[in-house]
Amino acid sequence: MRSVLAHRELVLAGIVAAMVVGISLYAPAFGQRDSLLGVLNDTSFLFMMAVAQMIVILTRGIDLSVAANLALTGMLTAMVAQTHHDLPPVAFALLALAIGTGLGLLNGSLIAFLDIPPIVVTLGTLAIFRGMIVVIGGGSQVNASDMGENFQTLPKLTVLGLSSIFWIAAALSLAAFLFLSMTRAGRGLYAVGGNPTAARYCGIDPGRQQLLAYAISGAVAGLCGYLWVARYGVAYVEIATGYELTVIAACVIGGVSIGGGVGSVAGTLMGALFIGVIVNALPVMQVSPFWQMGISGAVILLAVVINARADRQEGKLILAKPRREAAQGRS
Amino acid sequence: MSTEPQSTIEPATRERERARYQVADRAPRSLAELVLRWESILLVLLAAVIIGNTLVSPYFLDLYNLADATYNFSEKAIIALAMALLILVREIDLSVAATLALAALCIGFLAAHGFGTLLLILTGLAVGLACGAFNGFLVTRTRVPSIVVTIGTMSLYRGIAQVTLGDQAYTSFPADYLELGQSYAIAMPPTPLSFLIFLLLAIGYGVFLHGTASGRRLFAIGANPLAARFAGIRVDRIRFALFTLAGLMSGLAAILLTARIGVVRPNIALGWELDIVTMVVLGGVAISGGVGTIPGVVLAVFVLGLATFGLSLMNVPGIVINVLLGLLLILSIAVPIVIRRFTGRAGRHGD
Repeated sequence: MRSVLAHRELVLAGIVAAMVVGISLYAPAFGQRDSLLGVLNDTSFLFMMAVAQMIVILTRGIDLSVAANLALTGMLTAMVAQTHHDLPPVAFALLALAIGTGLGLLNGSLIAFLDIPPIVVTLGTLAIFRGMIVVIGGGSQVNASDMGENFQTLPKLTVLGLSSIFWIAAALSLAAFLFLSMTRAGRGLYAVGGNPTAARYCGIDPGRQQLLAYAISGAVAGLCGYLWVARYGVAYVEIATGYELTVIAACVIGGVSIGGGVGSVAGTLMGALFIGVIVNALPVMQVSPFWQMGISGAVILLAVVINARADRQEGKLILAKPRREAAQGRS
Repeated sequence: MSTEPQSTIEPATRERERARYQVADRAPRSLAELVLRWESILLVLLAAVIIGNTLVSPYFLDLYNLADATYNFSEKAIIALAMALLILVREIDLSVAATLALAALCIGFLAAHGFGTLLLILTGLAVGLACGAFNGFLVTRTRVPSIVVTIGTMSLYRGIAQVTLGDQAYTSFPADYLELGQSYAIAMPPTPLSFLIFLLLAIGYGVFLHGTASGRRLFAIGANPLAARFAGIRVDRIRFALFTLAGLMSGLAAILLTARIGVVRPNIALGWELDIVTMVVLGGVAISGGVGTIPGVVLAVFVLGLATFGLSLMNVPGIVINVLLGLLLILSIAVPIVIRRFTGRAGRHGD
């Protein structure tokens, strides 16, 4: 039992599967193929953003600016599309990646070179990025008709009933898995988060790893910004407001430790899918969408409490009651 | 150290001996240190904000305008005081705005059913207290980082408000309740109740933190929780109390806010948690704990509040003001670090 419980990803996958089955029994419409594929399509953004956030959290950091980055990059690429209808979709994606990476590097350099706490830096850039949308775009929105055909072709492609956004998320997740498990830089991220001092003695530069993590986070947020705007056909100031907390919630449910050094791509994806299933199931079950926030809050707390029980270590108790120690037969 | 020549070890030993036998109550005060204190930098910033705004707008230095400006930050500032203590002990509470929303919901519900002002006030305080205590319970019992716990309770508290209220709003309040938030508590100089409460609380928090042994314990916990526990400080009990206090302050802010605007929607005070953390961090409280002062937080509240007020007098849109405040937050922390890199002096005290 303990060995199964140790594999958090399996437990989570079991819970998600049980939820899907349970909801399908209650509302058969949810269990149909198209509906299930729809869940995957709708959760694609959360998959990507959560995996990127996990990489940042691994280094003991946090990136609160991802949703603002997504909105700013989405607006900027949409504005470019307004004047350059005929650029190929790949050019927009590359542009979004470049802008996103730039914004991520800004976070990363403030954190890595100036040692400012990540939560402070990204709190500041969250406000700055979001506000820059108004400063640059004048507060107006860009509609689908202004963007041109090319801009919107990519998200409309489907393969095997799943949108290209899902396949991009799948490819990114696979890449993240390989990167984190096979490459020196990927292992370095765990090392820096697990024990920065030890990592430094091993010749790993924590600053460089942090810079890398925030660049990845920014790049993914930027790419999602383009895909988001292209898919929903509108760019405006408040896109994805507060989404950063959903992304972090997916990580936490997926077992990523805020203390750094612990987390897996599979777990994070399961955490994201968990939220995705709930979000998509509520309307099918004819539950008011207003329940969504309360449920995800309760789920986070539940996951947190269960995690805490699983991770509790002996010997951390300071000034323990003598009776308890005697009962455990320790001196 | 062993490779150092003999002559440099001797002063170091002397230093250590002195440290053992003469424990100073406070660091020696020199003019240079006073000038380089974080509070001094904030004071200069505040002066710059006031002078700049006065030069740009003739309406800025109007007593009644300034009094009305305090409405916009007093409720946040009240919560910021408790948040400062939490961050000082290495914790954080991101659920304060959601707690406010839930307390406001309960106040609005009872008001809509015809209950009186006193009961509404007690309800706001009680709901805030309960939410804060629940946070404290989860943090101290599960030992999960408070940022995670309070992201969860943030969704939970605001989720409850959303489920209950949906897209509706409570708009009926007793007249004497609204009077609390919409009239001046003192006629001359014009002082809104919320601002008066903030000032009194700030004095209370300042005396507690800097003048009592209990206050010093918070610094001990923030500097090293483990050592503090071994020193006999009830770390978990204090943590629990501070989360409860933050909830209570959120409840108080809910009373003042609902009395001022006279309407409760589920999105009331949305995103305030980040504004409040900004106030505290700009006030010089280190996210890593153990460093910070109440006067610093109060100064930061005034800098942020008056800068926002001045910019809105110039018709700068709110979201653009956020850009400037975000820049202010990052620059105010980055610039002293850069200066310190080049000069080797401490800009932000402690560290």
